[in-house]
Amino acid sequence: MECVIGVVGRDFAVVAADTSAVQSILVHKTDEDKVMVLDSHKLMGASGEPGDRVQFTEYIQKNLHLYQFRNTIPLSTAATANFTRGELATALRKNPYMVNVILAGYDNDVGASLYYIDYIATLHKIEKGAFGYGSYFCLSLMDKLYRPDMTKEEAVDLVDKCIKEIRLRLVVAPQNFVIKIVDKDGAKEYARREYISDSPPDAAPVSEA
Amino acid sequence: MTGTPSSPTGVFKRSKDTPSSFLLLLYQERKEAVLKPRGPTRPISFSSHERTKNPNQKLSIVLAGGDCVRMARYDRAITVFSPDGHLFQVEYALEAVRKGNAAVGVRGTDTVVLGVEKKSTPKLQDSRSVRKIAKLDDHIALACAGLKADARVLINRARVECQSHRLTVEDAVTVEYITRYIAGLQQKYTQSGGVRPFGLSTLIVGFDPHTEKPALYQTDPSGTFSAWKANATGRNSNSMREFLEKNYKETSGKETIKLAIRALLEVVESGGKNIEIAVMTQKDGLRELEEAEIDEYVAEIEAEKAAAEAAKKGAAKET
Repeated sequence: MECVIGVVGRDFAVVAADTSAVQSILVHKTDEDKVMVLDSHKLMGASGEPGDRVQFTEYIQKNLHLYQFRNTIPLSTAATANFTRGELATALRKNPYMVNVILAGYDNDVGASLYYIDYIATLHKIEKGAFGYGSYFCLSLMDKLYRPDMTKEEAVDLVDKCIKEIRLRLVVAPQNFVIKIVDKDGAKEYARREYISDSPPDAAPVSEA
Repeated sequence: MTGTPSSPTGVFKRSKDTPSSFLLLLYQERKEAVLKPRGPTRPISFSSHERTKNPNQKLSIVLAGGDCVRMARYDRAITVFSPDGHLFQVEYALEAVRKGNAAVGVRGTDTVVLGVEKKSTPKLQDSRSVRKIAKLDDHIALACAGLKADARVLINRARVECQSHRLTVEDAVTVEYITRYIAGLQQKYTQSGGVRPFGLSTLIVGFDPHTEKPALYQTDPSGTFSAWKANATGRNSNSMREFLEKNYKETSGKETIKLAIRALLEVVESGGKNIEIAVMTQKDGLRELEEAEIDEYVAEIEAEKAAAEAAKKGAAKET
């Protein structure tokens, strides 16, 4: 049910994830942020077992920060991806983390890159990818519409089309999504796409898409 | 997660059967390391200060709070009491501190400053690789006097503890917490078998994440720590401390920096290339001053000194 989508452009990468926190038939909250900002220029969108997701992404984030304090320079995106994969692989045969991760980062020498890391420690460097039931719809959409020289607006438009398809065709579809972008200026939240909100009825209207 | 092997250098994990305040640090382990529960004769290679030459060898370090690690072969204590109640090893460690570089710390109302003496660098040495002021976290910095190699180990552990604290309680460390941690570590090595005390005193500065007040602490090889408004350690620390006692007043911003530099200049040759200064503010975190900036401050200070001398002479003439 949880969806994470990633797309990389020429010098930026987009990671979008749904913002539902679900347990069996109950939706705990509709604004759970699943795309963690690892450091100034890295994003990690994660889906899977909620406890594992938070534990694992925070663990990676703190180790990244430790590396930076020790060595005064941040870890590159490729190194981060391999480190993350290594941690998943190490835990796999004992106590696996049930977490799927889309890692996006920007390095000055390499540009933007996107990595697909699944819970059994598969690592792929990709241009576009997705996790969850939503991936059944998104991957073919992206195959059709993705171009390597997309601008940010075009990439977000592609993500929006994916979100629309998920909302339309997935049976218990998450309604709300968060979109974050990382480029040379850093990693930050770009937008939220909300259909339904659990804020009080007289609150300000949310942005719809 | 007990004993899961092979993490890259220096990552930390939470162990299942130790309380959450304990930390596991696993270095390059190829074989499975099974950490058994605490027992008196459990042999652990507690070679915490040296890497083993064989990278495939197990090397695990357990950072335990208040627990004494005993090794099967190295049970003999090195730091023992003398008949009149001294711990000579600790006092010798303090000697090592007294021989180390001068370091000064000054706390202002909105700024804390650390200054360290930079001994003349050999021509062929890349001075950028010899950083004397270490950042422990975004809001905490440390300077030390004494054995620099020991400092590396202590700083490493402190950095891990800062991140570990953030991971377990989702909150940044306070300056007092990390000082207590470092001091606790220094004390442990005065009461463990087969190890010697750390030969360094540290000056720890930072801003408390909640109260946003600046703080300056000092630790020493015995493991004691206390908070200070201004302090100095290392070579000629007594003269620096006397100077600070005479001239300290509540300052902020540039005045704090100048006070720190003036204290250092009492014992160090004048000039930007002999001093390293780092300034920490609540907003901007830690900033190392450039040599040119330090020279500016030094010039200002000398001008002020000259003006004060002239004023004194003028006054003396009139009487």
